[in-house]
Amino acid sequence: MSAAGSEVSTGREASAEGLAANDAGGGSSRGPGRPQQEVVFPTREQYVEVVRGYRSDGFEMCVDVCGVDYLTHPGRRLPDGVEPERFEVVVNLLSLSKAERVRIRVQVPEGDAEVDSLFDVYPGVEAMEREAYDLFGMVFVGHPDMTRILMPEDWEGHPLRKDYGVGRVPVQFKGAPGPR
Amino acid sequence: MSDVKATSATDDSGAPEAHPDTVLPPPVSGAEFLTPGPGEVAKGILAETSEGGQELYRRSETDPAELRREVGAVLRLPEGVAIDPSNIDIEQSDDETMIINMGPQHPSTHGVLRLMLELDGETVLRTKPVVGYLHTGMEKTAEELTYVQGSTNVTRMDYLSPLHNELVLSLAVEALLGIEMPPRSDWIRMLMVELNRVSSHLMWLATNGMDLGATSMMIYGFREREMILAFFEKTTGLRMNHNFIRPGGTAADLPDGWEDDVTIICDTVMDRTGEYDELFTGQPLFRQRSEGVGTLSAEEALALSLTGPLLRSTGVPWDLRRSMPYLRYDEVEFDVIVGTYGDNFDRYSIRLNEVRESIRIIRQIVEKMPAGDYRVQDKKVTPPPRVRIDESMEALIHHFKVFTEGFKVPEGEVYVATESPRGELGCYLVADGSSKAYRMHIRGPSFVNLQGLPLMMRGGLLADAVAVCSTIDPVMGEVDR
Repeated sequence: MSAAGSEVSTGREASAEGLAANDAGGGSSRGPGRPQQEVVFPTREQYVEVVRGYRSDGFEMCVDVCGVDYLTHPGRRLPDGVEPERFEVVVNLLSLSKAERVRIRVQVPEGDAEVDSLFDVYPGVEAMEREAYDLFGMVFVGHPDMTRILMPEDWEGHPLRKDYGVGRVPVQFKGAPGPR
Repeated sequence: MSDVKATSATDDSGAPEAHPDTVLPPPVSGAEFLTPGPGEVAKGILAETSEGGQELYRRSETDPAELRREVGAVLRLPEGVAIDPSNIDIEQSDDETMIINMGPQHPSTHGVLRLMLELDGETVLRTKPVVGYLHTGMEKTAEELTYVQGSTNVTRMDYLSPLHNELVLSLAVEALLGIEMPPRSDWIRMLMVELNRVSSHLMWLATNGMDLGATSMMIYGFREREMILAFFEKTTGLRMNHNFIRPGGTAADLPDGWEDDVTIICDTVMDRTGEYDELFTGQPLFRQRSEGVGTLSAEEALALSLTGPLLRSTGVPWDLRRSMPYLRYDEVEFDVIVGTYGDNFDRYSIRLNEVRESIRIIRQIVEKMPAGDYRVQDKKVTPPPRVRIDESMEALIHHFKVFTEGFKVPEGEVYVATESPRGELGCYLVADGSSKAYRMHIRGPSFVNLQGLPLMMRGGLLADAVAVCSTIDPVMGEVDR
């Protein structure tokens, strides 16, 4: 756990230096009163341990897990030392006791789109990881039920990917043969 | 699937063997008993309608470890936290239980929610919600729309509280733009979302009453909600899907005489919450149907990421309006309503009392509403006033530019969360510097809250399943997006 602890702290420093200007804060339309939201960039190997660290640090709830496909926006700003990859898994943790949020962004390469599941740390990510898998096709290793959730079971492709063919499914009432 | 569909549409017999070319999906294990009878016709229909791995499997085909987690359903708490493993009968034979399918076309599932229930007699053992029937790809659509058009899209997600959706998107866009909002716009937004919270909770009281057989509540709830919708129509032009709260402010100022309208709404609804109290709170029938039904503990609610009235019913005083204030919620007084037992009755009381608290907030808003602009005077974001367009060519061009090209939002990411009637409504917005969102993700509270359903249903009666489902208050438009 001590090794994990050091990884946590390195991740935090990286975010504090590299992203203070990039992140627009907690989202109030008025600036004051809202602390800047912390953003952490662990590697895929560190990811679960970093989250576990936050869990024991008082972040009781994982509010959100979602994916982002950066295929057509490769030049995004990242702190030094973070290698940009095509996909990103974005996790939002919430501490009720401290009224704080932290955002964790993990780079996921295109060729091997796999991340460890957070299920053992936060069982509430069950549906959210399924959604990210369904819409982006990243596999969460260790998730107990990695099936599609929004799209039909036999759907081909992952709709929120940037190279997904929008409009490739003919509209039903134009005499089209079927959904695919 | 398409092949099968095309085949059965043209073939009256529907028998798949008649078409050797047709490639049927592999038969779905564990689902045969769902069909009314044996035979290939039934199997063909089954293959067409099956959701495969998303469905609930028979006990004999489920891995024991999985079953241990799945009893009480997709509850995946670390073992031992919530469920005593010895309490789970892995050896139970399939003969004693059956899996029934409730929905997606069912009047009590509040939309197209499909529940698969494993029953032992009348007792629910496992539940699995199957969602996605209303998925329309709104997050993908958002990538094709400018920020100006964006609120038209998100307002259709949670159709019972459309203004909350618009608010969360607008806050996210404004956070990225880094603009300071004029105070009046914040207060107008607060007024509108609080009225919307009242109307949403009234709708919930109405439908929950209906689910328990209290049909008069159905009528009463809709009656009061109608008053609020009439005010919305007067203000925004539409009863639902308003597109009123936009990045940069609101679409219009409040209409003349709004104070009177709002005061009448407050007085009437406040009076009638007393009537609902009489109708429900003291009634032995209602109490027996709701007390101790669908219980949750605080640990379970936190572990499953449940928010809103579900979390508060377990005794956790978490309301984003209070704990992480946005808009001007730190300048009004209100109480956060908290339950104790986490059962249906607590969730009912929380919603009823939140109506009263919202009215309390609205009354303060009426008093405190400042004068000033209802939208930010930032030429980049705000279109010119209508009268200027008639007299100035530049204003016309400006107007045209804002509505065709939209405005550019600087590169960055932001996560914004607000308290919708159903829980934490979040928006994760990624901007790439153009006038369209690169990625817009909405964290829908009902989508996540549905994860609590299997746990709340576990060991309960089938008759209570409808009521438990109703107290989650899922809006399928937001679950499926």
